[in-house]
Amino acid sequence: MTFALTPERESHLAEILSRYPNRMAATIPVLHLCQEQNGWVSEEIMEWVAHRLGISAAHVKGVATFYTLFNKEPVGRHQVWVCRTLSCALNGADALLHHCEKRLGVHVGGTTKDGSVTLRTAECLAACGQAPMMQVDRDYHENLTLADVDTILDRLTRS
Amino acid sequence: MITLTIDDRPITVAEGTTIWEAARTLAIEIPVLCHDPRLRPVGVCRMCVVDIGARTLVASCVRPCESGMKVVTGSEKVERQRRTLTELLMSDQPEVCPKESTTGDSVLHALARRYEATGASLPRGAGRPRDLSSKVIAVDHQACILCDRCVRGCDEIQGNDVISRSGKGYGTKIAFDLDAPMGASTCVSCGECMAVCPTGALVNKPVSGPIVPRRHLKQVDSVCPYCGVGCGLTYNVDVEQNKIAYVDGRESPVNHERLCVKGRYGFDYAQHPQRLTKPLIRRAEFYPKAALSPEVMGNQERGKGRRKTALVSYDDVMPAFREASWDEALELVASRLLAVKKEHGPGALAGFGSAKCSIEEAYLFQKLVRAAFGTNNVDHCTRLCHASSVAALLETIGSGAVTNTFAGIAESDVALFAGTNISANHPVAASFFKNAAARGTKLIFVDPRRPDIARHAWRYAQIRHGSDVAFYNAMMHVILREGLIDEAYVRDHTTGIEELRALVDRYPPALAAEICGVTAEMIVDIARAYGGAKAAITFWGMGISQHTHGTNNARCLISLCLLTGNSGRPGTGLHPLRGQNNVQGASDAGLIPMMYPDYQRVGDPAIREKFEKAWGLPLDPTPGLTVTEITTGALEGRIKGMYCLGENPFLSDPNVNKVRKALTRLDFLAVQDIFLTETAEFADVILPATSYLEKTGTYTNTDRRVQIGRPALAPPGDARLDWQIVAEIATRMGYPMLYEKVEDIFDEFTATTHEYQGLDYPILGATGRLWPAFDREAKDGEQILFGDAYPTADGRAKLVPCDFEAEKEPTSAEYPFVLNTGRLLEHWHTGTMTRRSYALDAISPGPFVEVHPDDLARLGITAGDLVSVSSRRGRIELPARRSTSVARGSVFIAFHFREAAANVLTLDAIDPIGKIPTFKLCAVNVEKAQA
Repeated sequence: MTFALTPERESHLAEILSRYPNRMAATIPVLHLCQEQNGWVSEEIMEWVAHRLGISAAHVKGVATFYTLFNKEPVGRHQVWVCRTLSCALNGADALLHHCEKRLGVHVGGTTKDGSVTLRTAECLAACGQAPMMQVDRDYHENLTLADVDTILDRLTRS
Repeated sequence: MITLTIDDRPITVAEGTTIWEAARTLAIEIPVLCHDPRLRPVGVCRMCVVDIGARTLVASCVRPCESGMKVVTGSEKVERQRRTLTELLMSDQPEVCPKESTTGDSVLHALARRYEATGASLPRGAGRPRDLSSKVIAVDHQACILCDRCVRGCDEIQGNDVISRSGKGYGTKIAFDLDAPMGASTCVSCGECMAVCPTGALVNKPVSGPIVPRRHLKQVDSVCPYCGVGCGLTYNVDVEQNKIAYVDGRESPVNHERLCVKGRYGFDYAQHPQRLTKPLIRRAEFYPKAALSPEVMGNQERGKGRRKTALVSYDDVMPAFREASWDEALELVASRLLAVKKEHGPGALAGFGSAKCSIEEAYLFQKLVRAAFGTNNVDHCTRLCHASSVAALLETIGSGAVTNTFAGIAESDVALFAGTNISANHPVAASFFKNAAARGTKLIFVDPRRPDIARHAWRYAQIRHGSDVAFYNAMMHVILREGLIDEAYVRDHTTGIEELRALVDRYPPALAAEICGVTAEMIVDIARAYGGAKAAITFWGMGISQHTHGTNNARCLISLCLLTGNSGRPGTGLHPLRGQNNVQGASDAGLIPMMYPDYQRVGDPAIREKFEKAWGLPLDPTPGLTVTEITTGALEGRIKGMYCLGENPFLSDPNVNKVRKALTRLDFLAVQDIFLTETAEFADVILPATSYLEKTGTYTNTDRRVQIGRPALAPPGDARLDWQIVAEIATRMGYPMLYEKVEDIFDEFTATTHEYQGLDYPILGATGRLWPAFDREAKDGEQILFGDAYPTADGRAKLVPCDFEAEKEPTSAEYPFVLNTGRLLEHWHTGTMTRRSYALDAISPGPFVEVHPDDLARLGITAGDLVSVSSRRGRIELPARRSTSVARGSVFIAFHFREAAANVLTLDAIDPIGKIPTFKLCAVNVEKAQA
């Protein structure tokens, strides 16, 4: 297997393992650690995690495919999640999403050709008071207008 | 203890008992889908809900009983919930349930009938796919209700960890490995997932004929015919078609319903069209005798260029024989054997029995050779298997059998596995070892080839081939140096400690590390774990016994065990895992040249007198020749006549080219078998026998458990019961053997033994008994032997020091690789049975040589390329397979495949004491085959 964690992440892995009663319990944080390095969880990584944790590859696959935050395919440098739950939906999330699609030239779930942005939808991100909203990487952007979205996407596609 | 009421009936149960379990003891059946008493309860299906007067209904399979609880299991409210649940589950079921249309026992559909639920009122989903890639199991994801029983069956019962859930929401499905097709996954086809599945999601594919509901079939409780584990199983037989439709694992102290791929799917060989049905006599024009098919002729002779076949080609062999009546064939066998005896003396005759035959057949066969032939030249495949282990055990502890059952590992904190690839060769026992590992038992593996089960290991030491003695001596060195020896045990129960101490003193870990190619720390770690264990159990296999120093290897393991007092207590013991289903029983029955039944020495005048009295004639006082010595004897012209019952020495003995010459030189050879074997090509007479599946007999497993195999099928054509053929030949040779039924032979056998006293067919019943079982009132025989004393003259075990010896055939520039031979999960020995089993042959169709990726790269060979493997004795061609299980510089070939017979290459050097050949080690060269 060619996948290997960086030395810093290796020590982080040891720290993670020390926090759990058994190795299986560390599956999720270890997958996150790998995704952080690789951007997505490949089958090679799933096997690597299974090997390192001494659990079955089938189990790792089960966890990785259950949680939407694990990317099963390569993704862009930035992740955009447009909230589509009630408050945002009533405040124009649909239009916002279509605008993003048109602007980026991808459908929901897709990644721009230049590899800069992956567009997704999210269920309620608990910012209903500031609807419509979207999450970009780790940040919330709230009370959005289409112009706001343009500014944000401009920045993302340029960086 | 907790007292509660269930449906107004009071019951007192132990703390922690679930409501479902408590109800079951009251014979109140609560329906379940996700639960099976053999599995950890998870409570996901909610079918087992009951009313305990709480806000909501609770799942009885996970909810523990509480004091004063009032449980109602079948109220209207409960039933309504179950009905709705069934309705919901049925809404997504396929039109035709794969289980209802085969075995007819879908638990879900039974509930649907009970609740009249069709699911028709609910919308259906988009549909899920089917996966028919496995050779033996059909997957229908549409029928799956995600109860996780297969996941837990695979993980918790069999320890294979192949299945999990994948995805989420409606798209969730069971997945194999990384969602591979089942047939391409690491699945080992044990069928446990299929057996626990309550719906049509996982069902058997037909192996030999259509699968129909059990009620249309006859159930025959028997024992698996393959390995020494001896799993209890039930054959579901279509009597009219004379076919086994499918097999179920049966509750038995051995396997608790578990089976492996051979036991569950390898049952159709008996129905193969190539079965021998008439006695055959060699035609006059086919003398002088020679091999008849190109594969058996060898590489050099004619037939070159033709594609080699997996099975003996009947077209090549049959023209050399003519059909004969039983009377003519038996008369010919008897008269020819008598003629050899008259002309050359009884010592010119020999018999090969088989560990696949029953105790009765083995007993009768050795009696035939000893009484009617008048020689002790009788042996069987134990010589190629555990002869050295038995020699060492008899010498040291006075008994050749295991001192504890394999299930004894449940009470061990450390288990040492030396030279045994258990997940391939004893798969069901391996599942119990994996269970022990999951509970915290430290499994230690020492083996030059990494066994698959090593992923459950606490430590795995990849030692160099043949360095075992050095490794175990160093372990003992550490144990003595660090005071981990059980002083009291050694003082009270052993002799020879000073000699042993003096020898192992010369084996510090640093020296052994050099010899074995592992680190000294590894040896010290393992020694400390074993020496420090409260209870350590020791298992070994062919990797220990099949060496020119096999007896020494076993002696070292025995010393290690004695030194640490790991014998005679729960969780401890010595267990050489027996290969064949009846290798223990056949040895017990005296199918050994130097011993009568029950290991009574031929050379002992008092014993001989006893048998002379019992059998009514004087017996040969000299111990006979062993398998390898008989072959050499035939080659040198000392053995003239042979009777081969169920053995196939052509493929199973080392150095095929030598065996070929030896078989050609025999004046007379009678072969009794169910198919034409390679050996039968050299026969004068071939006698059609009955298969295991067609006869009654007793078989002793690796644990010493004596079990009855029962007939599931009628024998084909004129095939006869083996014991009747043997008895008939004896009678015609002037030694009448008159038995009415097979039980009479068993009773005669047990009467000559000590260890089998107290056993007879009625008491063996459905699950057999461990010997010794002198107390007929007890539930079973003795599990753990020698708690007080050993059956030796002084009651003590002997510590036998052994020095490391260099190999007989080290690698050289010309032959730079070490060849290791062994078996595969799907096949059995020379493949006579398994290569005629549809499923087993389909899963594992041909030979290959395992080579380390670095060696492949160095030689410029790509995996799948045809390579030529040659030794000083011969050469074979077969595809290369990339494997990191073998070490650099060593290769592995399974010996099942006649088209690339590993034993063309192996060395026929033998252990001086056990007389076992060194199958595990010879020097070979590997190169790309010429196109």
